[in-house]
Amino acid sequence: MIEFLQQLINGLSQGSIYALIALGYTMVFGVLRFINFAHGDVYMLGAFVGFYLGPKTLKLFGDGPSWPGTIAVLALAMVLCAVIGIVIEKLCYRPLRDRPKLTVLITAIGVSLFLENGGQFAFGADPKSFPEIITDQLIEIPPAWGRISELTVTISQALVIGATLVLLFVLRYIVMKTRMGMAMRALSFNPVAAQLMGINIDVVISFTFGLGSALAGAAGILTSIQQPSIDPLMGVNAGLKAFVAAVLGGIGNIPGAALGGILIGLTEALVVGYVNPTYRDPIVFGVLILVLLVKPTGLLGAGEREKV
Amino acid sequence: MSAPLLQLDNVTMQFGGLKCVCEFSLSLAEGELIGLIGPNGAGKTTVFNMITGVYEPTAGKISFAGKSVIGHRPYKITARGIARTFQNIRLFGGLSVFDNVRTACNMHLQHGISHALLRGPKFSAEEKAIDATVMELLEIFGLAAERDQSCKSLPYGDQRRLEIVRALATRPKLLLLDEPAAGMNPTEKVELMKLIRFTQEKFGLAVLLVEHDMKVVMGICERINVLDYGRKIAEGTPAQIQADPKVIAAYLGKEVDDA
Amino acid sequence: MRRVRLCIGCWMLDVGCWVFGFPCWMFSPLVIMDRSKLILIAVLIACGIASPFASGINPYYYDILLGIGINIILAAGLNLVNGYTGQFSLGHAGFMAVGAYSASYLTLRFGYSFGAGQLATTTIFVLALLVGGAAAALAGMLVGVPSLRLKGDYLAIVTLGFNEIIKGVIQNAERLGAQRGLGGMVQHTNFFWTFAFAAVTVYVVVNLVGSTYGRGFLAVRDDEIAAEAMGINTTKYKVLAFVLGAFFAGIAGGLYAHFKQFIHPEGFNFLRSVDIVVMVILGGMGSTAGVCVAAALLTILPEVLRYVARIEALPEWLRQVAENRMILYSLLLIVLMLTRPQGLFGGVVPRRKT
Repeated sequence: MIEFLQQLINGLSQGSIYALIALGYTMVFGVLRFINFAHGDVYMLGAFVGFYLGPKTLKLFGDGPSWPGTIAVLALAMVLCAVIGIVIEKLCYRPLRDRPKLTVLITAIGVSLFLENGGQFAFGADPKSFPEIITDQLIEIPPAWGRISELTVTISQALVIGATLVLLFVLRYIVMKTRMGMAMRALSFNPVAAQLMGINIDVVISFTFGLGSALAGAAGILTSIQQPSIDPLMGVNAGLKAFVAAVLGGIGNIPGAALGGILIGLTEALVVGYVNPTYRDPIVFGVLILVLLVKPTGLLGAGEREKV
Repeated sequence: MSAPLLQLDNVTMQFGGLKCVCEFSLSLAEGELIGLIGPNGAGKTTVFNMITGVYEPTAGKISFAGKSVIGHRPYKITARGIARTFQNIRLFGGLSVFDNVRTACNMHLQHGISHALLRGPKFSAEEKAIDATVMELLEIFGLAAERDQSCKSLPYGDQRRLEIVRALATRPKLLLLDEPAAGMNPTEKVELMKLIRFTQEKFGLAVLLVEHDMKVVMGICERINVLDYGRKIAEGTPAQIQADPKVIAAYLGKEVDDA
Repeated sequence: MRRVRLCIGCWMLDVGCWVFGFPCWMFSPLVIMDRSKLILIAVLIACGIASPFASGINPYYYDILLGIGINIILAAGLNLVNGYTGQFSLGHAGFMAVGAYSASYLTLRFGYSFGAGQLATTTIFVLALLVGGAAAALAGMLVGVPSLRLKGDYLAIVTLGFNEIIKGVIQNAERLGAQRGLGGMVQHTNFFWTFAFAAVTVYVVVNLVGSTYGRGFLAVRDDEIAAEAMGINTTKYKVLAFVLGAFFAGIAGGLYAHFKQFIHPEGFNFLRSVDIVVMVILGGMGSTAGVCVAAALLTILPEVLRYVARIEALPEWLRQVAENRMILYSLLLIVLMLTRPQGLFGGVVPRRKT
């Protein structure tokens, strides 16, 4: 039982990462109906922003790892990744807005490959060690809680789960309660009507990309706190899994992406813990295919009918 | 009176909470030209989609030549003898005029993939026959000169005609025309009316026509069904329909009584 | 016109028979055969004649040459799926893997079943290739059928998923070498087999799509709903495209395995699939000629870059970039989509109406 709970916690913390990345996929799909293949690589760039700019940022808050320092690095990565996301959209996707979906999809693949290989070229292909921005320790669970105190929960895991929850709430607020969020939702229902209602779709699309990329950047930092070894190809696998999560939850559906991320994280943890670690990736893809066969709109998504 | 070619019995189409078509019945005999009219959103195209198998009706029966068509894939229904055109022109954009029609000859092919690859005499003979059939159709409809042009380069009216030609290549017994006059000017509409009558007579077809232009509908249809909000509100000859108060109310709205 | 051909042909035969003393009637099918079949036979004969000479050239160029042939098979097969039927498949390398491993397993296990003679081993090799192709075709059906309802992005991701699953299965199969890879195959692949199969692939794809039967593929690509309404079984065509594409990918895989004599699961990953997709896109989806040219160009490109990277006169950073061909590849992809999405030979890529 404890073993199971342990896997759940591991799964939850990994799932939070997937959820953050999945949100970017789902939001972009919602407004543009296209899958941004390069999104996973923005996550990677977030980690590298932390790697290169982290130590200097930390110094502003005193020697060594600290909570304010961590938050500063997180914020910095989010801002820079947002900028990167907006730039990519402006350069590579906006000119193709009236082209067939396939063209943009292929461009996205090109951008993804460029970021990965460019990263290998610029940063070097070997893994780097992420600087310590927060001291990772085991959280002491009081023995009074009984058997639960046998669980291994680290500060980084708690941080990941906590930060994800905070970001999810902030996102929900933005999407539901602000004008920009309303514009995003309007755009996802009917782009033409949204334009006719005076919404500047270029601004909204840039904002969506920026928001999604910021979340991916945050995920990059949070992951690196847990697993300090980073390399330019780390976005490939994580990006793919996060995409599966977004589809599982219903692509275009924001709570769905979060739900999907958690579920994929949990599935992975259970497979690694109870089945065979080498089957981890094929099983995740198996889940994807199963979902698409049984309920292509995902758990929480609603389908779109083509008018005949 | 022989059995009807197409028979719809109390057909209902429900999407979630919305009843698109409600207990609609219709009967069409061989060689008849019938119209289906109604305000926008009345459910006319949905009826077409149900007949051709794109949607499966939630309730009711549809039979063609005595056999039910419900639950079958569209291509099988086409094989039985129902062909259609679309409200928004759906030609094969990447193909030429000739190929658009040629594609519709696929279902009557006697040879299969192995012949296409080995290209024996049987293949050549059949390809020649198809070539002749397609050219004959194109010539009847005046499109033979443009045979190798991209179908997208045709003017709008010609594209609509091409869609009809393509549908005819499937050798149907029943032709469903979905707003064929849309976007045409009055002269073209008169031509269209003649064309539909001519097609019907030459190929011995029954035609079910959905159309908004009353001149066209009243001009060529023998009988007319009127749909409003998914229900049939009237059926009869053009004269009867034009005088029916329910039809007038549906299209023009009721008079507001001054209080 | 056919009559004239018949006459000239018969006349030539008469003369030929008189000169060489052959019975004339044996060759009569030739003159009334479809032109493309004649071309295919001519090409096959040419390959057979050229093959011994080809083996003699510089091994480096020979390498590239066979690489081109294999890539043509891959790209032409994928073009049937992506270009002609409009099904965006990102998992073609997976089918290549199925063919490569199947054929390799068979030749390693049964290679000498008919004896050690050249004819015997070559026969086994060709049989193994065909079985590999068939296995890949089966995989193609397994991928194609569930994917029927999916479109565009979804289909791409699912095919990618299948690619990963196939790779995952191989990585866990001890008999197939798992993570260590599989080696020890005899180098049966030569110029003749590679280009013979390439010629057959091109013949099949071009002739199939050009026939009335094959117009169905294009109809499915252009408008599925209209295609169904015109009596075309869209399911049949989509699955057929996948099956045929996969079959040829399997053949290419078998040829590759018996050329490099060593295969590894990572060699058939997503990047390899992207490689093939780039060839199809560069060539212009829906143009077999373009795709073959693109396959040749993109096989040669890395070698050119490797050469450029060694030119001492160029600045260091430029040489470094040339070294990393993937950076240029990805830039090529982006620039291509932004400036000429129809590729080299493709038709106009329509703009969506707003």
